[in-house]
Amino acid sequence: MKFWIGSAVVLIVALALALTPVNEYFFFAGYVVLTAVVLATAWNILGGYAGYVNFGTPAFFGIGAYTGVLLFKWLAAPLALQIAAGAFMGGLLGFGVGMLTLRLRGIFFAIATVAVVFIMETLMTNWRYVGGATGLQILRPTVLPPFETYTRMLFVVMAFMSIVAVSLARYIQVSWVGRGLRAIRDSEEAAECSGVPTLRLKLFACVISGALMAAAGAPMPMYLSFIEPASTFNLSYTISALGSAIIGGMSHWLGPIIGAILLGSIQQIVTVTISGEVNVLVIGVLLVLFVVVAPEGILGLFKRWARTSSK
Amino acid sequence: MGQNVLEVKGVSKHFGGFTALSEVSLALAPGERFGLIGPNGSGKTTLINCVSGSLRNDAGSIVFNGEEISRLPAYQRTRRGIARSFQIPRPFKDMSVLENLMVPLQYVGKLKEGEAREQARVLASDMGLGEKAEAMSSRLSQVELRKLELARAMAARPKLLISDEAMAGLSGSEVDEVLAILFKLNETGITIIMIEHIMQAVMRFSQRIICLDAGKIICEGTPTSIVKNVDVQKAYLGA
Repeated sequence: MKFWIGSAVVLIVALALALTPVNEYFFFAGYVVLTAVVLATAWNILGGYAGYVNFGTPAFFGIGAYTGVLLFKWLAAPLALQIAAGAFMGGLLGFGVGMLTLRLRGIFFAIATVAVVFIMETLMTNWRYVGGATGLQILRPTVLPPFETYTRMLFVVMAFMSIVAVSLARYIQVSWVGRGLRAIRDSEEAAECSGVPTLRLKLFACVISGALMAAAGAPMPMYLSFIEPASTFNLSYTISALGSAIIGGMSHWLGPIIGAILLGSIQQIVTVTISGEVNVLVIGVLLVLFVVVAPEGILGLFKRWARTSSK
Repeated sequence: MGQNVLEVKGVSKHFGGFTALSEVSLALAPGERFGLIGPNGSGKTTLINCVSGSLRNDAGSIVFNGEEISRLPAYQRTRRGIARSFQIPRPFKDMSVLENLMVPLQYVGKLKEGEAREQARVLASDMGLGEKAEAMSSRLSQVELRKLELARAMAARPKLLISDEAMAGLSGSEVDEVLAILFKLNETGITIIMIEHIMQAVMRFSQRIICLDAGKIICEGTPTSIVKNVDVQKAYLGA
């Protein structure tokens, strides 16, 4: 119950903020941070719970973005339809990639998912209808009331999507599905011999994770009023998603949220005060620091602190 | 005469050019206590990996309760009643003892969260892990890990339990403790295959023993006949 009350509060606060005369930059930056929350949460369903490190985040994010663009250019589809179709395509890609790669383990799986990014980027680079290599300029439709600007509306939409993503991740974690995924992470052979249908469960995680990542990517062209393959399929999305999950803690649904808010906020501050290039360095330094000092992330640090203070 | 629980017929397994199993055949009666012995590399673990589904046999067939299971994935075989413990314990480290037991209870027994937790507590207590039920499995001692392996296999409600070196690295009294558990499980009607290097334990436990060497069965019989068998002595001592 607490979770649902908390979620409702978050959504009401986001809506209230969007309707007040707060500086526009807040929504511009807030949208990016909330996108990071969705991506990190989605990444954690397969990477954190099941232990399958997926480097293909940009492929899923990108298929969502390009599905949105395609539907907008072709049918002038509304944003909700773009997001739903993006999620569907992401789930479909997740199923396909999962069928091909989830029999691989460790580094082989990770490499296979990187390959998917390059394949997707090459396909979009050569597809003229969606802008090809040079990209496509998008004229945003009229903003829906009661929002004043499109960015404010997207901020609320992404807040809602974050809640959906976190709710799904939370359900998976506390249910028998999550227990099965954790069993796979610890020993796939022992899990299978305990009756866990490992391939089916991994496929499920891959589909849900892919659908959420793609849903997060679908509004991106509207946010930027532009799309092009190089930045859409940028591997920095992978680093950001897995970095957030590692820094926040991968064993709990709260971890990726903490990591994404922390990392996303620091990146925004660094981008504004220093440069956009330095923020990648910030992730790198933080990742090394956490892997060495706190491999279980901020949540792990907190648990350790709670254990020692209770003794 | 009742139907055999397990029938392994002419099973072979190759890894590249290496033959790990060569046309191995055996049959197990319901409720039998069966010992599988052989020197290191003789194919014992490969054979049980083929039976449990961790490996696919290249030739031959495996029939469980009258059903051909050679092509079934491991989880389907577990659901049909084949459970196993591992030579090197493989606990789900991120879970408590109870949660470890809840995995098969939920996936094989299809129990809901509350029911599964309750049953896991009973099972943990039956296996001598009652006091450790809430402990993380990563904090268990060696003998507790062995018990957890057996308990998790039991949580799958097996008809056939394969115990793969469940006593390796244990002291004399701990071996007795695990043996007592296996005897107790067998009394409930479960067929047990014991793979073990501790000969006294296999001899005490088994009604019938098969000795493997270089992927082939070299001898089959009662514990008394096996110890006297010249081929077995040769395989073990190289005499």
